[in-house]
Amino acid sequence: MAAKTRDARLHAYYRQPLAPADTPISRVPMLALDLETTGLDDQDDAILSIGLIPFDYYRIRCNGAVNWIVRPNLPIEEIAVTIHGITHSDLEAAPTFADYFDALLQALAGKVIVAHCHEIERRFLKVATMQLTGEPLQFPMIDTMTIEEEKHPYKRPNAIQRWFGEINSPSLRLDASRSRYGLPSYHPHHALTDALATAELLQAQLQDRYDPQTPVSQFWL
Amino acid sequence: MEIELFEIKDHLSRHRPFSDLPPAILDGLVSHIEVAYFRAKSTILTLGQDNYYLYFIRSGAVEVSRSSGELYNRFGEGNCFGQFALMRSKRVRYPVIAIEDTLVYLIPNAQFQNLCEQVDDFADYMEESHGARLRQAVSKVREDGYNPLLASPVRKLIRREIVTSSPSASVQQAAEIMTRARVSSLLIMEEAPLVGSQGAIAGLITDRDLRARALSKGLSLSTPVRDIMSREVICCRSEAYAFEAMLTMMRHNLHHLPVLHQGKPIGVITAADIVQYESHGSVYLVSEIFKQTDVVGLKAISEKIKPSFVHMVNEDANSHMIGSALSFIGSSISQRLLHLGETKLGEPPIPYCYLSLGPMARQEQLMVTDQDNAFILDDQFIPQEHDAYFADLAAFVSDGLAACSYSYCDGEIMGTNPRWRQPLKAWQEMFNNWIDDPDPEALLHSSIFFDLEGIYGQLKLAETLKRLIREKAPQSRKFLAHIARNALMRNPPLGFFRHFVLEPNGEHIKTFNLKERGTAPISDLVRVHALACGSRSLNTLERLADVNETDLLPQGVGSDLNDALEFISMVRIRHQAKQIDTGIEPDNDVEPTRLSSFERRHLRNAFQIVDKSQSFLRYRYTASDGMRAIR
Repeated sequence: MAAKTRDARLHAYYRQPLAPADTPISRVPMLALDLETTGLDDQDDAILSIGLIPFDYYRIRCNGAVNWIVRPNLPIEEIAVTIHGITHSDLEAAPTFADYFDALLQALAGKVIVAHCHEIERRFLKVATMQLTGEPLQFPMIDTMTIEEEKHPYKRPNAIQRWFGEINSPSLRLDASRSRYGLPSYHPHHALTDALATAELLQAQLQDRYDPQTPVSQFWL
Repeated sequence: MEIELFEIKDHLSRHRPFSDLPPAILDGLVSHIEVAYFRAKSTILTLGQDNYYLYFIRSGAVEVSRSSGELYNRFGEGNCFGQFALMRSKRVRYPVIAIEDTLVYLIPNAQFQNLCEQVDDFADYMEESHGARLRQAVSKVREDGYNPLLASPVRKLIRREIVTSSPSASVQQAAEIMTRARVSSLLIMEEAPLVGSQGAIAGLITDRDLRARALSKGLSLSTPVRDIMSREVICCRSEAYAFEAMLTMMRHNLHHLPVLHQGKPIGVITAADIVQYESHGSVYLVSEIFKQTDVVGLKAISEKIKPSFVHMVNEDANSHMIGSALSFIGSSISQRLLHLGETKLGEPPIPYCYLSLGPMARQEQLMVTDQDNAFILDDQFIPQEHDAYFADLAAFVSDGLAACSYSYCDGEIMGTNPRWRQPLKAWQEMFNNWIDDPDPEALLHSSIFFDLEGIYGQLKLAETLKRLIREKAPQSRKFLAHIARNALMRNPPLGFFRHFVLEPNGEHIKTFNLKERGTAPISDLVRVHALACGSRSLNTLERLADVNETDLLPQGVGSDLNDALEFISMVRIRHQAKQIDTGIEPDNDVEPTRLSSFERRHLRNAFQIVDKSQSFLRYRYTASDGMRAIR
């Protein structure tokens, strides 16, 4: 990857060694990541905040956690602020994605990225990096939602359940997944809180069903 | 830049000791926290491992064991563990497992030590001795209310400089001094043995003494005051509460009470000084008791005890004051009943002494109480001639007490039982037997007799028995071992877990008896130490003070027990006052859910102190080798 990249920053990032595929999961440094965005469309919507917290199989470390507010490339007054509680003036005062880019790469380097529903995080980071460097950002990820889905595979509701509008599978949403492991309920839609919630969920999932020796390659996507 | 870990900060700030930290310190702390998840049944800390973190439970529950594997306690959301290792060797002595899926916040040792150094409250909270935590709690409760009579030390009631004269002053000189200083009493001091030093109190004279002992007797005005003064002067300590001074005056029927500071008189307080502060009805109540001429009248007065009790609680009296006042009222009713009984049945054929036993003797009576009493008869006792009289008197007193809602004793420990209505020599033989040859069965039943107080009749008879106990008990290792074993029969619960009380066997119960499981175990174990050191006191707090003069208890344990008893008693007292307020018959059964979290937390500490003290008792008075040889 480092060989193909032209952007110097990305080049340096890709040169950081990542844990080999057979590394036991208990020895892999990880980083929980959550983005708050203006919507779900990676082309029209923008990143509003980035929450990161480093952790491993045993411990989550608040020292190293960040919650970055990002000024988007959109007319700020059109952004709805109700869900994530980030105000227009917060956004006005905030640095841009470009300003955070070095620090972001530094935080990601050498770590396996963990998110709940990795598609969104991956796509938004890819697009934002593309706009900035002309190249996509690629990294291996572990998705707590995928792990949860493996434990509770989707079962098509039967006719009666469909009639009553019931679903036959437990919810895979972050909070619902957490509650199955006895984890407390947090206020959602704050990037760092969701990253913390995701890290705790992965610890719980790993202790629930996986040996500490399980190779990391079994999880990453 | 501030880290926005709201969930962590929020949760910490809702639980002590973090709730009391300044926001800036809390922010700094959060950035060092580590988070870890433990599945139910997994081990969090193993015995002997090194630990460098304070653990705070965010959600879930853990079980802490002793190194022996015995359950020590359970903790849930908002509790901390691991501080013992941090404050000592960093080595885990109490292993911990998760009993539910548990999320913990870990505070690294460096931050923990910093907090202990910078924030006194934090250090106090973490201080290994649970007692320190409890002491704060007791004083915090105390600060909530203020009543001058209850909370003022006696010295604040002193309104004028002390006025004294020498024993050789004439009656006329004394009267002059008193008139000039406008006082109604004069303290008579021995001549100082050295210049600049002060002599001892020789006596006291009052206006009334001048009238009754000098003028009406036609004594010459030059008669020295030493001839008319009262020689046995009852005093009180300057740090005593006004309330205690009031009780002393009532008990001895005094109107003047010299106040001593470090043994030296600093003033005299009068009944009038106290009455000005009297705001609830107990002084009135006691004076009314002695005006009643029949049981019906006493019964009517006894109905005012409840409101008077609630009033004292609302005025923030401490448990010692409330216990003394209720015991004093109880004794007064007994005394009046005996007086009325003698009036009805005629003069007693031989001298006797009426004993109160148990909580009333210890001055620890509260609202729910039965009567425990006995009669010591003079050794001239001839059953055929005299017993009918005392059986009648005992029945009269016992029925009268029952009418005043001091219910009959289930264990028949009452003067109506011929076993507890005996001549002095029979009592002496009983006590000798109990001490020399303690049969556990008999002792269990009779330990109540070791808290005895003569309250009516020939008090010397009671004194003889008390002296026998005091001289004999400390010598008898076997006896002490037996009563120590008895004192271990009532255990405190481990503490509270969610909505339950946790039993040492891991069971949950919904209510528990705060007397049986809280105050009684303390009185029981303090009695053992008090008997071992030949203490003259009966009240548990006073006994503790005596025990503390000896080296029977390790440093600090006495004051921890003192605080534990005060806290448990106050929870019990408030529980009863609340019941009376809502029109329920008061009892001692407490539901943990009805306690405040403050009460729960500190009761848990208090129970741990009792538990620790019981373990110590077990070890301190183990059965001697001698006993094993006998068996």
